[in-house]
Amino acid sequence: MSLSKSETLRGWALASPLVLVLLAFLVLPIVMIVIVSFWQATEFSIVPAFSLENYEFLFTSPVTYKVFWATFRYALITWATTLLIGFTVAYYLAFHIRSSHMQTVLFLVCTIPFLTSNIIRMISWIPFLGRNGIANQALIGMGVIDQPLEWLLYSDFSVILAFVHLYTLFMIVPIFNTMMRIDRSLIEAARDNGASGWQILTNVIIPLSKPGIMIGTIFVLTLVMGDFITVRFMSGSQAANVGRLISNDISLLQYPSASATSVVLLITVLLIIGTLMRFVNIRREL
Amino acid sequence: MEPRPRSFYWLTAFFVLFVIFLYGPTITIGILSFQGPQGGLTFPMNGVSFHWFHNLFEQQAVGDIWGAFRRSFALGLMVMVATVVISVMAGLAFRKRFAGSGALFYLTIASLVIPSILVSLGVGLIFNQVGAKVHWSSSGFGAQLTWTLPFGLLIMFAVFNRFDKRFEEAARDQGATPWQTIRHVVLPIIAPSVVGVALFGFSLSYDEFARTLLTAGSHNTLPLEIFGMTTNVTKPVIYALGTLTTVFSFLIIVAFLGTLWVIGKRRRDRA
Repeated sequence: MSLSKSETLRGWALASPLVLVLLAFLVLPIVMIVIVSFWQATEFSIVPAFSLENYEFLFTSPVTYKVFWATFRYALITWATTLLIGFTVAYYLAFHIRSSHMQTVLFLVCTIPFLTSNIIRMISWIPFLGRNGIANQALIGMGVIDQPLEWLLYSDFSVILAFVHLYTLFMIVPIFNTMMRIDRSLIEAARDNGASGWQILTNVIIPLSKPGIMIGTIFVLTLVMGDFITVRFMSGSQAANVGRLISNDISLLQYPSASATSVVLLITVLLIIGTLMRFVNIRREL
Repeated sequence: MEPRPRSFYWLTAFFVLFVIFLYGPTITIGILSFQGPQGGLTFPMNGVSFHWFHNLFEQQAVGDIWGAFRRSFALGLMVMVATVVISVMAGLAFRKRFAGSGALFYLTIASLVIPSILVSLGVGLIFNQVGAKVHWSSSGFGAQLTWTLPFGLLIMFAVFNRFDKRFEEAARDQGATPWQTIRHVVLPIIAPSVVGVALFGFSLSYDEFARTLLTAGSHNTLPLEIFGMTTNVTKPVIYALGTLTTVFSFLIIVAFLGTLWVIGKRRRDRA
């Protein structure tokens, strides 16, 4: 297909505000981070002198590997949990709710929390998970335990719980979206040929939902891998991931070191997303 | 109608549990924000009062939350307008393939997947290096757009993928100019989605923390202010603030949904 000059001109003219914003607030800042990652730092300022010491320190420090491992672990556990919940909820909405009016209402019920404050939603776990929280009181009341569980709050458990609470929606929406586009006659055909509900699910619905699953995966992985606030807040500053490593350096004004870590995180995220994008054409799936 | 399979009831139970999981904690802090003056951060309720809401209105008790609220609200509106205008324009651009459109698309996706803290750090560094002061309405505004614009554009893609081009062809056949076609045919059809983009733009901006962290300057936005409180406030006043902002978010969402409903009703009446 040949693209005419006037069409290209028209396209760029209409997209120019988007281009300008992305250049100024995404491309240039990332370039800046890459540059600063090769600078040196004194206690009070950053010095524009080329050096590899930030990367040298990063790659020789055992902390780096530990923290990257923790980041992947959070990402994988959160991904698996949100996928399981997200798929089930989307499947229920798409295939078990019959009226489209009810579908919209229930979909909105799931969407609304996403539009309210993340930090407030994190705080709201405290009265649930704390030492004297509802969960412990209920468990003691039922006689399941006789000592309050200490690991409910400020632990890996609470971090992952908060991630699931905040991000499951990012799985539900794309999976629901692809499921709604599955031709219903395919399911009828499967049923007419004697497939059981389980067979329909595994042989028809899951394969056809893959693009939505991929898009949801991209969302959840990037959100969890870049996060620093949930980990800091829900672990009570006990746990660390890469995002926290960066934000700690920033609060100590160690910008070159924060930048080097950022570059490594950026490359990691882009590699993962790039790999996932090979399996799905996002533009077509919307 | 055929009878419901047994799995329906299991899935309904699962869905109900999920909704409780989503809303339960928020409702809990809603209840706890009515603690009496002696009440703490957990149950049991120690009396019932508006004490902690009153506390919010006393300037010295907490930080400058009202200033922060005003800034977040103004910033939300700015981001909303910019997101709507820029996303609709870009959405129209992407309807036809143009040289470089693929690259621009991937750049927009990159904007979505690049960790927020990197945008925050990078924008902060740039402003620092050119000697400009970071401010919520300049650096903060731009940093937030890198998060809201990809959402806006993805919604526009979804809209235009389902758009029936015959309406436009009809308008063109009747002699409408390209601008008239957009103004009188395309925009009215996509209006509900544009309202959706506006809601996303406002809400994402109003609640954004990470991208504003290093770019808001000395005047905090509300999420930054709330986060500051989480580290040093150990009284239910923070729940009261949480309840108020949640109620406010809900009102915004209801207002947008109401707008959608009015648009839909007008359309039905005309038909």
